[in-house]
Amino acid sequence: MDGFFSTYVWPAAIMIGQTLLLLVALLIFIAYILLADRKIWAAVQLRRGPNVVGPFGLFQSFADLLKFVVKEPVIPASANKVLFLLAPLVTVTLALAAWAVVPLNENWVIANINVGILYVLAISSLEVYGIIMGGWASNSKYPFLSALRSAAQMVSYEVSIGFVIVTVLLCVGSLNLTDIVNSQRDGLGTMIGLPGSFLDWYWLPLFPMFIVFFISALAETNRPPFDLVEAESELVAGFMVEYGSTPYMMFMLGEYAAICLMCALTTILFLGGWLPPVDVWFLNWVPGIIWFVLKATLVFFMIAMVKAFVPRYRYDQLMRLGWKVFLPLSLVMVFLVAVTLKLGGWA
Amino acid sequence: MGLQTLFFYLFAFIAVASAFMVVSARNPVYSVLFLILTFFNAAGLFLLTGAEFLAMILLVVYIGAVAVLFLFVVMMLDVDFAQMRAGVLEYAPIGALVGLILAAELIIVVAGSVFSPEIAKTVPMPIPALSQRTNTAALGDVIYTHYIYFFQIAGLVLFVAMIGAIVLTLRHRPNIKRQNISQQVGRTPETAVQVVKVRPGQGL
Amino acid sequence: MTVEALYASLGLSLPELILAIGALALLMVGVFLGEKATGLVNWLAIGVIALAGIVLLSMNGSGVAYGGAFLADPFARFMKLVALLGSAIALFMTTGQAKLYNMNRFEYPVLILLATLGMMLMISANDMMSLYMALELQSLAAYVVAAMNRDDVRSTEAGLKYFVLGALSSGMLLYGMSLVYGFTGQTGFPEIAAFLSSGGRSLGVIFGLVFILAGVAFKISAVPFHMWTPDVYQGAPTPVTTFLASAPKVAAIAMIVRVVIIAFQPITTDWQQVIVFISIASMLLGSFAAIGQKNIKRLMAYSSIGHMGYALVGLAAGSLQGVQGVILYMVIYMVMTLGSFACILAMRRPDGEHVENVSDLAGLSQTNPFMAVVLTALMFSLAGIPPLAGFFAKYFVFLAAIQAHLYALAIIGVLASVVGAYYYLRVVKLMWFDDAKGSFARPEASLRLVYSLSGLFLIGYLLIGGPLGAAAEAAARTFF
Repeated sequence: MDGFFSTYVWPAAIMIGQTLLLLVALLIFIAYILLADRKIWAAVQLRRGPNVVGPFGLFQSFADLLKFVVKEPVIPASANKVLFLLAPLVTVTLALAAWAVVPLNENWVIANINVGILYVLAISSLEVYGIIMGGWASNSKYPFLSALRSAAQMVSYEVSIGFVIVTVLLCVGSLNLTDIVNSQRDGLGTMIGLPGSFLDWYWLPLFPMFIVFFISALAETNRPPFDLVEAESELVAGFMVEYGSTPYMMFMLGEYAAICLMCALTTILFLGGWLPPVDVWFLNWVPGIIWFVLKATLVFFMIAMVKAFVPRYRYDQLMRLGWKVFLPLSLVMVFLVAVTLKLGGWA
Repeated sequence: MGLQTLFFYLFAFIAVASAFMVVSARNPVYSVLFLILTFFNAAGLFLLTGAEFLAMILLVVYIGAVAVLFLFVVMMLDVDFAQMRAGVLEYAPIGALVGLILAAELIIVVAGSVFSPEIAKTVPMPIPALSQRTNTAALGDVIYTHYIYFFQIAGLVLFVAMIGAIVLTLRHRPNIKRQNISQQVGRTPETAVQVVKVRPGQGL
Repeated sequence: MTVEALYASLGLSLPELILAIGALALLMVGVFLGEKATGLVNWLAIGVIALAGIVLLSMNGSGVAYGGAFLADPFARFMKLVALLGSAIALFMTTGQAKLYNMNRFEYPVLILLATLGMMLMISANDMMSLYMALELQSLAAYVVAAMNRDDVRSTEAGLKYFVLGALSSGMLLYGMSLVYGFTGQTGFPEIAAFLSSGGRSLGVIFGLVFILAGVAFKISAVPFHMWTPDVYQGAPTPVTTFLASAPKVAAIAMIVRVVIIAFQPITTDWQQVIVFISIASMLLGSFAAIGQKNIKRLMAYSSIGHMGYALVGLAAGSLQGVQGVILYMVIYMVMTLGSFACILAMRRPDGEHVENVSDLAGLSQTNPFMAVVLTALMFSLAGIPPLAGFFAKYFVFLAAIQAHLYALAIIGVLASVVGAYYYLRVVKLMWFDDAKGSFARPEASLRLVYSLSGLFLIGYLLIGGPLGAAAEAAARTFF
């Protein structure tokens, strides 16, 4: 019986505990990210943004949460009930499930699997199903059109995201997310004799890919300027037209969880994860998780700024960018990176 | 070991059950969704055997891309599926027969190692243990060396498929407005803007 | 595989590399220059094939590449040269024709190049896996070019039929291969042979063998897997049919020869029965079913089914003479087919309308006597009348069959060719003894060149047959 406890019960309890901790932290982070999104948007437009609930409106997201939860869910009569309710669940589950492999600090990861990056890619490619199912199950024109748009959009940009990831993997030589961060301890900066610093991270040697990844991440998460899925001027609110109360909130939650995931992924792939910007003692003393959160927040700030001042793309422009610009560019980069690594003797 | 077995039966049961639902579901959209569930559980089975790379590729390629296209097509189709299904029972015995034959043959092939045990020794490329080499690296070891030829030809076959798809479907319609981005970006104020002095009260 | 082995492999497969890189480069040329570059891409494709042929000619000796997947030997080189020649001539005949058949697209030469690459790999395949993949490469390109004229219902139907039935046959082939692999544990041809000769023959292997032969019989359109041939030949645009009827057949026959003579050599008696059956059935069906045909492309389809039967007679013998006969047969068959299709392509009324009925040839001797003479030579040769090349082709395979004591096969073959002669002679009679219904436009220079050369080859075979036979024997000696 002792064996049973030590092999199954304790590890399971620890894992569940870790998962809960991460989820709670993540949800609180998302609540403030949401608020930040609205605040930044407002600031750019010289508005105040939410400022009523709590000091500086800090409790706005929690108020929204309460409001959504206590409202009555409305399911359209002609909707497919099962799928209609399943869709937001799928969205939010997948968006949160991807976090299982994200390392927030050295060894701070729930599942340190060998193919971590592939897992994240796989899960984020599944997120399209929440949207398609929701759009189809609503049995209404706008949601359906939006679902088709989003499916095409997400599939298209996954291709370039995949290639960008390949360029990073070529440099790292491993698919493990922790290895990816650790391999950024030395790079361009240390090569010319500097101490470990932000110059070692992959954003510098793979600069074009960093940009491509950032833009593709916007498209993959249906953020402006690629939010054609819910372009209000054309499709009202896209696939969420028929949704209200808790299911709607779950969609929003899933969307922001996916955005946070993309921020975290950008941090891990290009911005050195939990590594401090310069390898000196007082910065090393700051826990890695702080650096990680700071970097992810910085990426989110950029995403929020893009939303505030870039006009929305037209659908054909979006497709053109994905297939005719990013795909060839990232393919060429994969080739160049591989050749450079081979000729430079790094691989 | 017990946990592995438990998960194996969980994945296997759901995979088989949802595979059954794929063919028996009334609504084709349900069929595709069950197909996705089947893939998902197959990926789980791969994970259990230690083939993590294959599991993830199955997710990315089959669920993330292929099944999305399936779903696309099925959702856009306007077919009377009740009518299409009318003959299903009629053909059920034939289907069952084919399935039975396939199953029997699969068993024979799989059991080949029982009939002639010496064949198992002729496997040309033994797989290294998971602790020595991750299976992503192990796959890379053989695909890009021993099987480079097959890999490249497979690439060419896909290339032909791509050309074929484009040749047979792409039509350049005339009389359609197209956006030429480079032309647009290449415009200068001189070519795009005309400054006109308009006197008050006269208009252009 | 070490880096040195890889470099050595690349050297052995240099002609294939030239074709592959050429196809990729020409696609880029086409994409960037647009539809107007079709003619240029077509000529460049012929240039690429010629370059590959020259490199092939300069190679000698034999060797195994890519860890046993690819084999370069004299037999492969000879057959590859023939296949390259067939593809190049088929492309050459398209140069002036593409616009007329509404298939003026630069993808066509690129796809032909890729199909040719598939054929070369098929001929060199030394492993079940490489054989299957090469076959798929060739077939997939062929399906697409068959449906090339997508606004034409017949062409689309041809492409679809070809694709569906081809996929079925690929399935059978793959199934057979997996059975053979399951029961021998090997995919390489020499390894399979080694396993079989050490007493590995079992029912499962025989099953696998039969499935494999069924799969490849489909590709050469041998009975009972011939049903796609007439529809595809008739439906596909004529320049495409020209291609489908010539080089791919050579490659597929070469592939069958290699599979049965190398991999299944220890169980010769087993595959011999299958080949004899396929051969007899093809000869008989090719002869009898062609009699009622009115469309000349359908007629050629049945004719090619019959000819595949004759070629397999030589293979059934399984001897040096037999394989030599098969090689010669395929060379002569290809020349005859290309010549005949050059004439069919030339069947164009002055107003530009293409006609393809046999009866449209009536009175050709009055309107275009030279073409009539050539076509007569072609028909006589297809029927196997001495002293034309077609006679020698049949003579060698029947001789090999008799030497291998396959008397019944030889006798049935001779009888079938007597029946077959009827419909070839009917075409000749139409041309010389019936009144003309209308004249044809003056054929393009490329067509005139091709059918003149093929006529010359058939008539002058007595002069060049010696060296050709010697070359074929040298190629066949690879196996014995």
